[in-house]
Amino acid sequence: MSIVLLSILKSLALIILLLTGFAYLTYYERKLLARFHVRRGPNRAGPFGLLQPIADAVKAIFKEEIVPGHVDKLIYIVAPALSLIPALVIFAVIPIAPDLRLGGFTLQFHVADINVGLLYLAAIASVATYGIILGGWSSNNNYALLGSLRTAAQMISYELPFGLLLAAIILTTNIGREAGTLSLIEILNQPRPWWLWLWLWLAFPMFFITMLAESNRSPFDLPETENELIAGFQVEYGGIKFALFFMAEYISMITGSAIMATLFFGGWRGPFADPGTWYGPIVGFGWFFLKVVALLFVYIWVRASVPRIRYDQLLQFCWKVLTPLSIGYLVLTALIVVFVG
Amino acid sequence: MLEHYGLIGALALIALIFPFVGVGVAWLLRPKRPDPIKNSVYECGVETIGDTWVQFRAQYYLFALIFVVFDVEIMFLFPIAVAFQRLDMMQVFYVILFVVLLADGLLYAWRKKALEWQ
Repeated sequence: MSIVLLSILKSLALIILLLTGFAYLTYYERKLLARFHVRRGPNRAGPFGLLQPIADAVKAIFKEEIVPGHVDKLIYIVAPALSLIPALVIFAVIPIAPDLRLGGFTLQFHVADINVGLLYLAAIASVATYGIILGGWSSNNNYALLGSLRTAAQMISYELPFGLLLAAIILTTNIGREAGTLSLIEILNQPRPWWLWLWLWLAFPMFFITMLAESNRSPFDLPETENELIAGFQVEYGGIKFALFFMAEYISMITGSAIMATLFFGGWRGPFADPGTWYGPIVGFGWFFLKVVALLFVYIWVRASVPRIRYDQLLQFCWKVLTPLSIGYLVLTALIVVFVG
Repeated sequence: MLEHYGLIGALALIALIFPFVGVGVAWLLRPKRPDPIKNSVYECGVETIGDTWVQFRAQYYLFALIFVVFDVEIMFLFPIAVAFQRLDMMQVFYVILFVVLLADGLLYAWRKKALEWQ
């Protein structure tokens, strides 16, 4: 009974954390973009505009929601949920703080520790494509269909370098052990020599680019291209359904940053984040939070600095630059593991 | 270990409830005043021409096809990567052959100009 209750509480806490994170990520992004443009950004609702996300939520709920007559209703209503659920569920295997031990009781700060963690990440990331393509298709609008087709081609293309780089990271977990691991929790618990950190950071730019493309962020926001497709797959959506698509995009940004923080920057690890102590989880979560926020800053920085690329360039870059590079990286990593491990 | 999949299931169920509650609450609270203009196809300046649910360009299909081949092969790399330390020389040779075939497939698609966006 208690494990069921605990898992429900953990799931609820995670979802609330992610949704709050989403709300304040929109605020963070608007403020930062404003700073990049030498503007002030939202500053009317509450002190420093801090209540802006809440005002936005209220607006989304109370807005008249038009379900146009020409859409495929069932899929039209289900699609935003389909796009949001994978974004929320993917976080289940990411550890956000070290374990808390009080007496005989251990509280783990991740929803599930499955031994196929990285495979799970890759699998759920692929499912996210369905919500977008179904949303665009069911809208029965030329702009929406084009946007969703582009998204589908883009997301599946960038899954290849993503998968290849994940395979390379799994290879490095072999070093100094009997066998590799797919579990993110074990990857964090495993000490890495300094040269391995350097070698992994070499892959970080590639990984970051694939994450940008996977979450449809600028300069890869081709699905939305407001100047040619208006807003792509979301054009027929309004009110809370639009908000759900919006949430999916921003939560997948948070998830992407969390994955990168865990794989490349040691997740919750940092000074004073000692597992087994009472303050460990708090400090550990602090480090994790800082790393995620720093990576989100890079997402927004890129959005403010880089112009959107053309669609053919997007696919060519993936297939002709990123994929060969990641195959090469995988082979070199294998050689390193063979000769060192 | 197996019960952890149940935990993911619980999270998925709760995550499933959330968007539908959101949509339901909004459905109860929102004003409903449809009219023919609001219900028409959204456009930006010019009205869209032709049906949407028609055949679209085959290029998307081509990319999807190459993707499926590659993605399945990459999924095979995951277990190999986990058990990499336990492979003997012959098995390592097979893995190298596998990766070479993967790169060769990419090269083939490249040479056949399947990767060009026309």
